[in-house]
Amino acid sequence: MNIVVCIKQVPETTEVRINPETNTLMREGVKSIINPFDMYAIEEAVRLKERFGGKVSVVTMGPPQADSALREAISMGADEGFLVCDRAFAGSDTWATSYTLAGAIKKIGGFDLIICGKQASDGDTAQVGPGISTHLNIPQVTYVKKIEEATDKVMKVERMLEEGFEIIETPLPALLTVVKEINEPRIPSLRGLMKAKSAKVTVLTQKELQLDPQQIGLCGSPTQVVKIFTPTPRVGGQMLTGEVPDIAKQLVDLVKDEVN
Amino acid sequence: MGCTRPERKWPAPCFNGITSTTLLRRVPFVGKEDKMDYLLTDEQKMIKELAHKIAEDKIRPAAAKYDISEEYPWDVLKIMAESDMFGLFIPEEYGGFANSVMNLCLATEEFSRACGGIAVCYAASALGTFPIVLFGNDEQKKKYLPDLAKGKKVAAFAITEPEAGSDASGIKTTAKKEGDYYILNGLKHFITNGGDAETYVVIAMTNKEKGARGASAFIVEKGTPGFTFGKKEDKFGIRASSTRELIFTDCKIPAKNLLAKEGMGFIVTMRTFDMSRPGVAAQALGIAQGALELAVKYVKERVQFGKSISSFQGIQWMIADMATEVEAARGLVYSTARMVDAGCKDVSKESAMAKMYASDVAMKVTVDALQLFGGYGYMKDYPIEKYVRDAKITQIYEGTNQVQRGIIALQIIKELAK
Repeated sequence: MNIVVCIKQVPETTEVRINPETNTLMREGVKSIINPFDMYAIEEAVRLKERFGGKVSVVTMGPPQADSALREAISMGADEGFLVCDRAFAGSDTWATSYTLAGAIKKIGGFDLIICGKQASDGDTAQVGPGISTHLNIPQVTYVKKIEEATDKVMKVERMLEEGFEIIETPLPALLTVVKEINEPRIPSLRGLMKAKSAKVTVLTQKELQLDPQQIGLCGSPTQVVKIFTPTPRVGGQMLTGEVPDIAKQLVDLVKDEVN
Repeated sequence: MGCTRPERKWPAPCFNGITSTTLLRRVPFVGKEDKMDYLLTDEQKMIKELAHKIAEDKIRPAAAKYDISEEYPWDVLKIMAESDMFGLFIPEEYGGFANSVMNLCLATEEFSRACGGIAVCYAASALGTFPIVLFGNDEQKKKYLPDLAKGKKVAAFAITEPEAGSDASGIKTTAKKEGDYYILNGLKHFITNGGDAETYVVIAMTNKEKGARGASAFIVEKGTPGFTFGKKEDKFGIRASSTRELIFTDCKIPAKNLLAKEGMGFIVTMRTFDMSRPGVAAQALGIAQGALELAVKYVKERVQFGKSISSFQGIQWMIADMATEVEAARGLVYSTARMVDAGCKDVSKESAMAKMYASDVAMKVTVDALQLFGGYGYMKDYPIEKYVRDAKITQIYEGTNQVQRGIIALQIIKELAK
């Protein structure tokens, strides 16, 4: 079974600072990690490979430093890495990203299954996985918490819902997005780390992919970011002191001021 | 026809003048996250980071559980094995990475930061493996090392007896040769990994009259008829590890299980300890480092007199002393491990110094760390009292620190008398 795993490199912290002038993420001084939900996708793919044979290819779209995320995935047992990296792809929203990743997956070819994490911890949209399956015109099952049965042609999975779960059968090739209940990602082995260090990561640019220029990067992105801001934290309230009639009077005055 | 250098007299090198460049200071590249650079190779950094991850993700959450239950931490050892940690001190041709004491020290230090007990299960397997690495013949190495390197089996080393600790000449266990076999009789006690290990290296007397020079080393497999285990000890610290008696009653082992030659048992032991003492030192170092980290975190959070107690000079000076001693111990441990790996012949003195100093530091630092926790530190609800208990053994086993001082003094006197 040949499996493609899509991963994203994200800032480690959940408190991302935003540059107020450019409205972009300030990544300086923040360590980058593999999106935690994607770790479950990598682990599940490696487990399926260990059961059925085949290979695991990991794909990410991002700047050159995303190379380290691919190598970490290889250290966990993935076989090869593809870095989709080109200035032409910069500024992509979820539509353009899923279109571009779908193009890269077509280029890699020969897959039976695509696995993604349910969403990225920085954007939280959960749109790229389903977007890829739409662009590739293959079935998708989101929020998968268990793979019950799998053959070359068909797969039976449990899909997590807020109250209970669904059991879904899907023909392959298909795309799954997985939740953290599905497995416990392994700690890499020293041999895996050494292999990853010297593994070849293939860079795919617009030149190789030849995608529709109207659908990639900022100009291929229908989403317009109007404003991006950090919610201002709530400041502590004002304590009124004194006897009850005094406090009542103060309160009425304050409300009056506020209204006026 | 080549270019020949014209005959001319080159000025003598001058290290103080301006005619020659002088290295004033070497500034090692320090990564963003490294507070201190220990000149580790890329591979060593990888080992340290991986061991750190195992320690934080798998060992620390399990430490209290195994301290209470005294169960052998098989599940944690399995994770270490899957991450290739048991191959760090075994040569490549036998399924490991390199026979490196530095590797062993880096991993043991990280594991011990989280739990000294679980770490010693790992380090004691190295102790049981070293005699085979050092003195095994090719057949013995091929038979035993690959499984040990993969962590499929755990090893143990057995010299101590009720009346023979540091005094190897007092060993009463005997090995009598009969045809193609040796017959072992006697009792070993306080054997770390005893009962849980599969592969044992046992020191027994083949010629009692020769004293220490009549001792020999044997590989004994668990399950050999006549080889049984006594009671499991109830210990003060390192409670995740197992310590049992080994009982040999007419235990018949193949003669080919003899390591090196008859009479080499004492040499095998001494050379093994030269390799393993830096590991014990690294265990002590890790326990000290772990206690220091917990103490610093606690004093920053603890508020008294309206301030964090870390703002008090009395506390600050304790932290400064503890951190300096830990760093000094680390320097000694790493330099000794590097000496061993570089193939230095006689490392007994340095090994003894590293083991003695690091374990004394561990004892002092853990006690001070508990002091910084105040009354809470004395309670079992907090993790710090376990560090005190785990530290104590490092001053005792693999030769008490008094024996280490004896080794150091004798060696120094011998060297300086030359």
